[in-house]
Amino acid sequence: MTITNNPGTDVEVAVDMINVVIDGVEMAVPKGTLVIRAAEQLGIEIPRFCDHPLLDPVAACRACLIEIDGMPKPQPACAQVLGEGMQVHTQQSSEVARLAQEGVMEFLLLNHPLDCPVCDKGGECPLQNQAMSIGRPESRFVGEKREFEKPINVSAQVLLDRERCVSCARCTRFAEQIAGDPMIELLERGAKQQVGTAADEPFDSYFSGNTVQICPVGALTSASYRFRSRPFDLVSVPTTCEHCASGCSLRTDYRRGVVTRRLAWDDTNVNEEWNCDKGRFAFRYQTQGRVESPLIREDGELRVASWSEAIEVAARGLAEAAGRVGVLVGGRSTMEDAYAYARFARTVLGTDSIDFRVRATSAEETAFLASTVAGSPVHVSYDDLETAPVVLLVAFEPEDESPIVFLRLRKAARSGTRVVSVGAVATKGLKKMSGSLHASRPGAEADALRSLDDQTRALLAQPGAVIMVGERIAGSAGAASAAVALARETGAALAWVPRRAGERGALDAGALAGLLPGGRPLTDVAARSEVAAAWGVDTAQLPASAGLSGLELLEAAKRGDLTALLVGGVELADFADPALASAAVEAAGFVVSLENHHSAVTALADVVLPVGVVTEKAGTFLDWEGRPRPFGQVFRDALTSSDARVLSMIATALDVDMPADITSLRLELGRLGPWSGARVAGPEGGSGAGASGVVLASWRQLLDSGVMQEGEPHLAATARPTVALVSAATAAGLGDFVTITGPLGSVTLPVAVGDVLDDVVWVPMNSPGCHIHADLGVVPGASVQISAGGAA
Amino acid sequence: MSLTPVITEHWDDPELFSLAGYQRYGGYRALASALKQDPDALIGLIKDSGLRGRGGAGFPTGLKWSFVPQDGKPHYLVVNADESEPGACKDIPIMLANPHALVEGVIITSYAIRAKHAFIYIRGEVPEAIRRVANAVREAREAGLIGTNIQGSGFDLDVVVHAGAGAYICGEETALLDSLEGFRGQPRLKPPFPAVAGLYASPTVINNVETICNIPYIVDRGVDWFRQFGTEKSPGFKVFAVSGHVVRPGIYEAPLGITMRELLDYAGGVRNGGSVKFWLPGGSSVPMLTADHLDIPMTYEDMAAAGTMLGTGTPMVFDQTMSVVKAVTRWLEFYKHESCGKCTPCREGTYWITGTLERFEHGHGTEAEVDTLVELCGQIAGRSFCALGDAAATPYPAALKYFRDEFVAATTTSADEQFDPAAAYVFAGAVAR
Amino acid sequence: MAISDSTREQLQQLAARYPRPRSALMPMLHLMQSLEGEVTPDGIAACADVVGVSAAEATAVASFYTMYKRRPVGEHHIGVCVNTGCGLLGGDAVYEALCERLGVGHDAATEDGKFWLERIECQAACTHAPVMTVDWEYMDDVTPTSAVEIVDRLARGERVESTRGPAIRDFRATEHSLAFPEDGLAAEGTPVDAKMLAGLTVARERGMSAPGIPAPASTDDGQEG
Repeated sequence: MTITNNPGTDVEVAVDMINVVIDGVEMAVPKGTLVIRAAEQLGIEIPRFCDHPLLDPVAACRACLIEIDGMPKPQPACAQVLGEGMQVHTQQSSEVARLAQEGVMEFLLLNHPLDCPVCDKGGECPLQNQAMSIGRPESRFVGEKREFEKPINVSAQVLLDRERCVSCARCTRFAEQIAGDPMIELLERGAKQQVGTAADEPFDSYFSGNTVQICPVGALTSASYRFRSRPFDLVSVPTTCEHCASGCSLRTDYRRGVVTRRLAWDDTNVNEEWNCDKGRFAFRYQTQGRVESPLIREDGELRVASWSEAIEVAARGLAEAAGRVGVLVGGRSTMEDAYAYARFARTVLGTDSIDFRVRATSAEETAFLASTVAGSPVHVSYDDLETAPVVLLVAFEPEDESPIVFLRLRKAARSGTRVVSVGAVATKGLKKMSGSLHASRPGAEADALRSLDDQTRALLAQPGAVIMVGERIAGSAGAASAAVALARETGAALAWVPRRAGERGALDAGALAGLLPGGRPLTDVAARSEVAAAWGVDTAQLPASAGLSGLELLEAAKRGDLTALLVGGVELADFADPALASAAVEAAGFVVSLENHHSAVTALADVVLPVGVVTEKAGTFLDWEGRPRPFGQVFRDALTSSDARVLSMIATALDVDMPADITSLRLELGRLGPWSGARVAGPEGGSGAGASGVVLASWRQLLDSGVMQEGEPHLAATARPTVALVSAATAAGLGDFVTITGPLGSVTLPVAVGDVLDDVVWVPMNSPGCHIHADLGVVPGASVQISAGGAA
Repeated sequence: MSLTPVITEHWDDPELFSLAGYQRYGGYRALASALKQDPDALIGLIKDSGLRGRGGAGFPTGLKWSFVPQDGKPHYLVVNADESEPGACKDIPIMLANPHALVEGVIITSYAIRAKHAFIYIRGEVPEAIRRVANAVREAREAGLIGTNIQGSGFDLDVVVHAGAGAYICGEETALLDSLEGFRGQPRLKPPFPAVAGLYASPTVINNVETICNIPYIVDRGVDWFRQFGTEKSPGFKVFAVSGHVVRPGIYEAPLGITMRELLDYAGGVRNGGSVKFWLPGGSSVPMLTADHLDIPMTYEDMAAAGTMLGTGTPMVFDQTMSVVKAVTRWLEFYKHESCGKCTPCREGTYWITGTLERFEHGHGTEAEVDTLVELCGQIAGRSFCALGDAAATPYPAALKYFRDEFVAATTTSADEQFDPAAAYVFAGAVAR
Repeated sequence: MAISDSTREQLQQLAARYPRPRSALMPMLHLMQSLEGEVTPDGIAACADVVGVSAAEATAVASFYTMYKRRPVGEHHIGVCVNTGCGLLGGDAVYEALCERLGVGHDAATEDGKFWLERIECQAACTHAPVMTVDWEYMDDVTPTSAVEIVDRLARGERVESTRGPAIRDFRATEHSLAFPEDGLAAEGTPVDAKMLAGLTVARERGMSAPGIPAPASTDDGQEG
């Protein structure tokens, strides 16, 4: 099957233009343009605090007052829509405007503590900057300033110094309009007005950090960054977030070799100006628990080795196992690193047994990815979501699993897009998207997709409709096939939204058995020869039949059919069956681990080769759209190497030539481009009826026990509590706690009643107190026993 | 000019508040007549009458009604009964004495603007007004004057009496709407105007209590009758509430155009044979006048020409015992207390000005500050989000115009030293201090 | 603290009064205040839950309006208008006398929980200055002496009539009336007093009236004078 571009979305919309004059300069702007935006285009900076281009105008701070001919009073430029022939005078050409702005600035500073020397915002503060440009040199106010206890925690992460606040309401409007988490509000009234929360409900929003960033004064700060640095001492580097496949553009700020903070960076096409708190605050893992030098196992113990020694041992061990090596690439690899693994496996190790999916997988999913996703260009974009008549979510909880997709869907829903989730839980996230639930027991998504209501089906048949499937679709038999069929039948575009940042890139880089770069089927000789040419090898040197992937790969290793494993950036606990993964690594005769952190794999490895984290190398993530998100190296003098460079060193030791630098790999992959030939057949799934009895629904919450969130206690404290969510009917008789039992054991969790299908229990997949793979030995869709839990 | 009791005509009947009492004097006759007319004809009638809003701004009522677009959305009538302006005390008495006039006006107005839902937003601090209006609504509902198919006309109406909870800003119509929707009572950005997108983003007419109470009388007695009162630009009668240092403070209903001197005469003159020091035609938000202005007709246009406003038409009169510094300070304390906090000029400006005036009151300040305060008022007026800011910026410059010396003196001599506070008490002599 | 079923029922009744439930937030907060004597975080959360907003959103509303108290008010709320028209005409002295009598200042409750004293803003009763309120019912034209006497009588549990309204009940009862204003007390007391009739009285004395309806008019003789 093929996915076609939705017709009708590229039609050029005629824009009505009007003519206006700002400070004597004539210009034409689209009808509906605000004065402040038009002035920006002319380079005229009108002061502003409450104004934010992505928030509805409020005209509250009055800092942007300008004069308009024919209007008796100065008008707020942030809310004033331009009309045909309007003559606008900003502070540049109007004394009225200048005095109005100066007066407002004087008022704004009245109760402001002017504690810039100890304020984190000092040096990058809109209040400070605009006070310098438009304010009076000295205050005439001699009274007492308003005082507040300082600071207060609006959450464990976000602190508020109320006396600095200018009541612009950016934070509260963000919380309500963008995040849909109105847990901070303006409280009290008049001069006592202040931002705050309800008595027992902190601002635990996944997006809370954005309020810190858009606060135009130093009122909101993060526990993570407060008093850590002055902005003018920081070096800023544009980067891409490594935490998920949303693909956020970030700015990483560092000082003396240490990252001090990360900010959301503007990218109108992707994250607009937002990011999630994990992307913003979870970066201390980069410096903790690092593997600092190569290690080799000697007499059962790992010891420090030189690079040359370690490379030699690794090369020798892998060469001895040639043809019987498996390659596991973590889903967090950059595309270039994944590509290096893909090439290394085929050209150095002579194996096609490679997989990047450190999670539940299925052969059906492999076929789905190979046939439908790999190597395809961007065919559903963030912007497409905004214009879609309907977005159908399958095995996908955007707020937890791709938070920027969530924000964009919420924005879309505010302008009319219908969101329908095929699942067992009508989550708060779904409600924030004004979405509706198409009920499906976990594991029965295939049947649910076939029994969609007529209205949703009709919407899916409209131009621009989108189906988004999450990575959990792999765990639901027949669901991927049903989704592909539904897309084909309705003409809706189909998008796969993996959770990890590197998965889409790894897929396109060929880090999956049977699939060469660009979505090329390994079994296709033409595809093989294209790749062989790019790699400078004979086609015959490449494996011609598909290797092992997913469970098969692990089981083969466990059986001893694979005698060596090359493992890069893998957490064994992330596999659906951690015990199997662990047994596989243990059973493999020789294990080479490329890692930045000590892990369960490094503990079992024969050679550990340290590699860099994202700040220490350049690379690219493909976001869920398939959009390349390249980023540069933050620390140019980093002592670590990329995985690709290390692989190149091993290759060299085995007399195989392989590029070592990121740029070459990126160019090579780019030259290969996407496959234009025939694709492998699409998935053929089963009925997808699901298990009987009480079944488990589960996914990973955004903030959970993930290893890349380590070292950020303030962030962890804003995570959602670990609870078991059930319907009122299912909760009956359970009491306050429920014990959930699977093949490996049980967990006891507090019961929360929510909009969940009866006889379904939802728990977080990997949160403190509940790690379903390891604790229960189950995956979503499995049947479990539940019983009243007593006190935990 | 004579007093002309219309709305207040039968207030001495203790039963007037009840349906039976109200009907004794022709109550709900206008409704019966209105329901037989085309709604647009009623809008035309009120337009022709020239009735202007009695809440303070004086906007032509019929014109306001005609702005409501006739599209498919539901329409709403909201009665602003949040009377909270210092000095204003005429809507509450109307609701206490003659609540059915309001209810009848609500039904007729709703019919005219095609609203099926009307809300009467009454400030929460006056439970007696709330229960009397609620009682009138209940009686009207029980009598089939509210509900479905009212008097066989096919017109349906539900009326809800809503209690506020203490916020002057809710007298601002868009803040009132936010409050009625269950939000903080902060004013909304305009456009859209309430006539297009008001309550629940639907077309909404917001009228003052007294304005609505005029409707039954105009419908019943006609435009020509109504226009006998007042002037061309300010037709009609007005419920004036005279307060302050007068012998008989109270409610006086008279045609627009009556002078303060005449009202003062009816109220028995300044107490103790004293003289007027300053007076305000209609609430603390309008600039004060002095004894030199007692002969100006109390109309929208004449008050504007005199540099003030008719406002709520509730004159406060103060005699020579009154410290203008303290009077203005109290008003500013009020505006500071009631500033909603949304916009900077009002929130911060009232904080600054009030603090300075409080120092003046205690004899601390500089003459330069006397002038700085004028500038600060200028930094609020016309720059705040809503009219509350403009109102807050009004009393001081207006007072300074006539009493600059008193403010300058206050920078060194406290107001209480300048004026014995007890002398201004209305029970002076009644208690020994 | 969980709210009772009866409270929830009343909250839902209020929500049903409006086209959109959130409109009922203010009467709901009045109701919770009538039940708890103050607006507590639990009360706010209960209202928020019924109308479907966050607790922060309801807190924002509760903290905006001055009639919602976030500390226990006690049995009676005593307000003294201190705005220009009342305070400077004697309300200041009334307030001072009450401070002395009650031993508390602005926005504070007496230790025995009997009274809460508050300097309040204009009560729209300037014609009746100085104005005091007991549980928001009018006590017009007070003096320091009469104000203290009112408090004394309340303290003794004696019946006290509002000058323009019913007999004083207590703070919670008034708050309940604000949520459910059809409290059956509309006919109690004499809300129309001499000051409200001042103009009518003068007009009658001087033989003044509004002009009659011009002919041709309704055949009814509904107008007088």
